[in-house]
Amino acid sequence: MIKTVFSKGKLVAKTGNEVMAEAMRQIEPDVVAAYPITPATEIVQIFSQFVADGVVKSEYIAVESEHSAMSATIAASAAGARAMTGTSSQGLCLMWEMLYIASGLRLPIVMAEVNRAISAPLNIHGDQSDTMGARDSGWIQIYSENSQEAYDNMIQATRIAEKAKLPTLVTTDGFIISHCMEVVELYPDADVKAFVGEYKPERYLLDTKKPYTLGSIDLQDYYFEHRYQLAQAIRDSKDIILNVAKDFEKTFGRKYEMYKKFMLDDAEIVIVVIGSTAGTAKVVVNELREKGIKAGLLKIRVFRPFPTEQIAKDLAHVKAIAVLDRADSCSGAFAPLHADVVSSLYAAGVTTPKVINYVYGLGGREISTKHIAEVYETLVKIASGAQKPANQVEYINVRKK
Amino acid sequence: MANLKDLSKNPERVTGGHRLCAGCGAGIVARQAMIAAGNTPVVVTSATGCLEVSTTIFPYTAWKNSFFHSAFENSAATCSGIETAYRSLKKQGKITEDIRFIAFGGDGGTYDIGLQSLSGAMERGHRMLYICYNNEAYMNTGIQRSGATPLGAHTTTAPAGKAHQGKEQNKKDLTQIMVAHNIPYVAQAYVGNWNDFITKVQKALSIDGSSFINILTPCRLGWNYKPEDTMSLARLAVETCIWPSFEVEYGVYKINVMPKEKKPVTEFLKPQGRFKHLFKPENAPILEAIQKNVDNNWELLQRKASAGCQA
Repeated sequence: MIKTVFSKGKLVAKTGNEVMAEAMRQIEPDVVAAYPITPATEIVQIFSQFVADGVVKSEYIAVESEHSAMSATIAASAAGARAMTGTSSQGLCLMWEMLYIASGLRLPIVMAEVNRAISAPLNIHGDQSDTMGARDSGWIQIYSENSQEAYDNMIQATRIAEKAKLPTLVTTDGFIISHCMEVVELYPDADVKAFVGEYKPERYLLDTKKPYTLGSIDLQDYYFEHRYQLAQAIRDSKDIILNVAKDFEKTFGRKYEMYKKFMLDDAEIVIVVIGSTAGTAKVVVNELREKGIKAGLLKIRVFRPFPTEQIAKDLAHVKAIAVLDRADSCSGAFAPLHADVVSSLYAAGVTTPKVINYVYGLGGREISTKHIAEVYETLVKIASGAQKPANQVEYINVRKK
Repeated sequence: MANLKDLSKNPERVTGGHRLCAGCGAGIVARQAMIAAGNTPVVVTSATGCLEVSTTIFPYTAWKNSFFHSAFENSAATCSGIETAYRSLKKQGKITEDIRFIAFGGDGGTYDIGLQSLSGAMERGHRMLYICYNNEAYMNTGIQRSGATPLGAHTTTAPAGKAHQGKEQNKKDLTQIMVAHNIPYVAQAYVGNWNDFITKVQKALSIDGSSFINILTPCRLGWNYKPEDTMSLARLAVETCIWPSFEVEYGVYKINVMPKEKKPVTEFLKPQGRFKHLFKPENAPILEAIQKNVDNNWELLQRKASAGCQA
């Protein structure tokens, strides 16, 4: 029997997309501008029904492309509105130019993102290539393992974005979470609204008493400082994210951090992963623990900013680590999450863990407990010295010929 | 019609000291549009381009009203986002005053890379005025051909050379494309007739819906003429009927400036370096083609206007 965590919470059966739309209804932004794309379409489709039914005060702009979706969202935010959008995959790619502008102008936009493979070849299923491609765009990136996390993350994202003055995206894994019906605890509208609070921009274009110019050309004298301030804001947002999480826990009872440790403190072999695959990996960890194997798991929740110092401390004692990336970087080296984990360890002087990298699940390719168990088996061998760690990225469940 | 005495009392909202070239038409367009708006608060958006980079060099700005720029191809989508934020906040009582919205873009940012964004915003019917300051090429990057570049013009990407004589295609008729959007107000205007342009801006701002003005804006660098000739050159465009001044209000055509005597197109082309090569004897057929195009288009426009033609 599943029970509520929050005294006034209500259990419902909803998909990831439905709960993201539900969070948007409760946050009730002033403006939403969006364009349909599988598998994120439902989010804005449901939201536009809320607008049509008059249950939200929000204005909805059904724009003609994702580039215009992000442009209009940026403009609405600059104008002084609380502004949101939603997209996936090719849509995020088309927004690429504007993603950097949203962060560069320090606009607290929140985006509901559904992770999907990017073309070519065309594929509509879940992997994290889209948001990994936007990892350096200056957006805070929060990933969700399940629908509950997606809902909770959306509510927190609004506060985080507005406090940090940084655009923030919350993701779910395409179809795996976006279309999967789960039991989710929703909180009453009033409590969500009270938690999110009213948006009061410091400076905005519609303030006719204090008109201003935003989006200037910024040459050699100032550009570097502005980009430095953006990078610093991302670094500083770690504390903001943790403070919002603490307040969220105090209010609604669920605990969130930059990442979630599962059986990690005494673990000798560990998988680091993002998103829904963490749920699959936990099953394997439990099975291995029953056999007396000290397996553990680290699930990244916040990928940007990357919790570099903290992660190095928490992984320092581990003998062998496998970083599982649901995106490839085509860098000729390693995949995105692995690169950040290893540089975090090395920068902190942690050089004892052996670290290997796997790319898995591209285009929605299945990842099962069997595949995860094989990764742990390899880690056992590496930890004991029976096998040397691979010095290049490896692939799970792919036909190489 | 606008009245100069009244206009002189309106605030100047584009200040001097911007970095546009001497003789640039874009600065004139921006200043007159803002004077036309009178005391009504206006939020301006702009595509990346000469107007934007020359008036907003951080930490300075030539704009006394709020001004926003984000990218090249999205001035219309951007303006639509601000206008929507305004409607949302006004509905909630967070804003009480009336504010108007003007989007600027050059021809590159409007005819070409920004056409989709413009079309979307106009189709959605936002209450905004889009002004295309049309100098018939990508001037900010150094005079490259655009969809607005006329037949025969020399640009750096469709140059006149031994084998080719400048642009070999006609310009796109963007004004008609905007008419086809069935928006309440579409007009063509030109630098060099403040009354015609300001009247059009005022009419556009008074309409509850989307409006579009395509204003021919000489670029002394790209068109290669003396900076003091900006006004007279644009007037020649109207007098030769190369660029008629007309408006389409709720689908009804009206010619606003009727030339006393239709001058040959060569009078407009001759003073401009970009057409210099057309005056070589072997290029006479190109001049003839230009004249024929103008004659046909002018005839068609007059028929539409005299018939009170619905778009």
